Amino acid sequence: MTVPELDSTVRLMLNGAPREVVVDNRTTLLDLLRDRLDHTGTKKGCDHGQCGACTVLVDGRRANSCLLLAVAVDGREVTTVEGLADDEPHPLQAAFVAHDAFQCGYCTPGQICSAIGMLDELAEGWPSAVTADGRPPSLDDAEIRERMAGNICRCGAYPNIVAAIREVAGGD
Amino acid sequence: MREFAYARARSVDAAVALVADNPGARYLGGGTNLVDLMKLGVERPDLLVDVTGLPMHEVTEDGDTLHVGALVRNSDLAAHPLVRERYPVLSQAVLAGASGQLRNVATTGGNLVQRTRCGYFTDATKPCNKRMPGSGCPAIEGEHHNLAILGASDHCVATHPSDLAVALAALDARVGVQDLAGPQEIPLADFYRPVGDRPDLELTVRDGALVTGVALPPLPAGARSAYRKVRERASYAFAIGSVAAVLKVDDGRVRDVRIALGAVASHPWRARVAERALVDAPATPPAFEAAAEAELAAARPLRDNAYKVPLIRNLVVAVLSELVGDR
Repeated sequence: MTVPELDSTVRLMLNGAPREVVVDNRTTLLDLLRDRLDHTGTKKGCDHGQCGACTVLVDGRRANSCLLLAVAVDGREVTTVEGLADDEPHPLQAAFVAHDAFQCGYCTPGQICSAIGMLDELAEGWPSAVTADGRPPSLDDAEIRERMAGNICRCGAYPNIVAAIREVAGGD
Repeated sequence: MREFAYARARSVDAAVALVADNPGARYLGGGTNLVDLMKLGVERPDLLVDVTGLPMHEVTEDGDTLHVGALVRNSDLAAHPLVRERYPVLSQAVLAGASGQLRNVATTGGNLVQRTRCGYFTDATKPCNKRMPGSGCPAIEGEHHNLAILGASDHCVATHPSDLAVALAALDARVGVQDLAGPQEIPLADFYRPVGDRPDLELTVRDGALVTGVALPPLPAGARSAYRKVRERASYAFAIGSVAAVLKVDDGRVRDVRIALGAVASHPWRARVAERALVDAPATPPAFEAAAEAELAAARPLRDNAYKVPLIRNLVVAVLSELVGDR
C-alpha cells in the first residue's frame, strides 16, 4: 500500500502573475493567499462562508475563498483586491472612498470584489430573488442590496456601500 | 481538520470506483458545505475525490425533459433561460438560497446531499444521533425553533436546509445516480429515507453513489409554478418555512396540483394529503386552507416551533392563491 499524498502542487494565476506552490491539502484558498503568497488584502472574517469578507474572483466569478480548497483552484485565475487597481484605483475603490462606504474597513476588500462580480452577473442578465419574472434586471437599490447580501458589514455602512455601487453602475 | 489525500476524477466510473465502499472517501463538488463541515470536524474524510472535471456541467433537452447535470452551478441553473421559462419555481427557489458567492460555487448535485444545519449536528462536541448514532438528540429538549414539525422521530428532528430540492420535489424531478452497479434514475421522493431510528442514514442510494444529474419532466400544459420562502432576515438565511407549488386551474377548479414544503422535515416534504384534498376542488383560498390544514394534521411540533404550523398553512394559501390570481 502506498502512502497517500497529503500535499499537492497548486499552480494558479494570481492577479495576472503565475504562481506555483506546494500546499497541505487542507489549505483553503484564503489561507494560501494570506499566509503563503503574502496577499493579506483578502480578509478572514467568519471562515465559514457566512460573512463575505474573503470574497475574491475565481475565473472572473465572485466566490468565498474560505470555502475553496487551494488544491481545487489549481489552474484557475484568481483576482484579489490587490489586483484591481492599475495606475489609478479601480472605479469601485474610488467610489468607496468618495462615498465613505466603510468604517473599520475590514469587510471592504470583500465588498469591492463582490460588487465587481455582481455587476458582471447583472450585465449577463442574471436574475436575483427580487427581479420580476421574465424581466431583465435593472440596478435599483433593492437589487443592489439583495445581490450584495453575501457581504456583511458589522459597522453598518450599507447605505454608503449601496451609493458607491450605484454610482459605478450608473444607476439612479 | 484531519489530513486527507486529494484526487481528481478522470471519469464517472473512476470516481465511483474510488469512493464506493470506502467510508473514508467523499466526492468534492463545490465544497461549500463539505469543506465547512471538515473545518468543524463533523466530516473527517481521508480522501477527497474532486469530481468537478467530469462532464456533468450542462443543461440539455431530451424531448420534453430537461436534464440538469450534477455540476451545474446554482447561479447558472437559476439564470438558465429554459429553467426560467418552464420552471419558474426552480429558478426562484435557487435564488432564494445562500448568496451570490455561494451560488457561483455550489452545485446542483451537492445541494441535494448537503447536510442539516441543526446546531447540534454541526457542533462536534455535542451528542447527535445523525452524526454519532446512539448518542442522543439534545435538540428535542433544546434549541429547536427551526427544526422539524413533520416526519421526525424520537431520534432526530433535523430539517433539510435546501430550497432547490423543495422545488425539485414539487416538479416530480428524478435524480440520476451512479454506483458500482451502474447508473440509475430514481424519483426525488424516493431519494431521501424517512428518519426512523437511523437518522445517520439519509439517502436510499448506496454509500458512495454519485449524483450525476437531475431530470425535470414537463409541467402539465397550462400549469404555473412558484416558490415562496420565509426567513428571519430579508436575505441570505435558511428558511424557517417554504412552499414550492405547481398548479393548474380550469374553470375555477384545481386540475393538477403539487405542493412541497421546506424547512419542516428531514427532507423536502411533498404535501400529498393536501394535494389529494384539492383535486377538482374549487381554486379558492378556503379550499387551499382546508387542504393545508389536512396536511398539517400530522404535524408534531416541539416546544418552540409550533409557529411553523400556521406559518406553513398561510404560505400554502398565499402561494396557491398567487398562482390562481396571476392568470
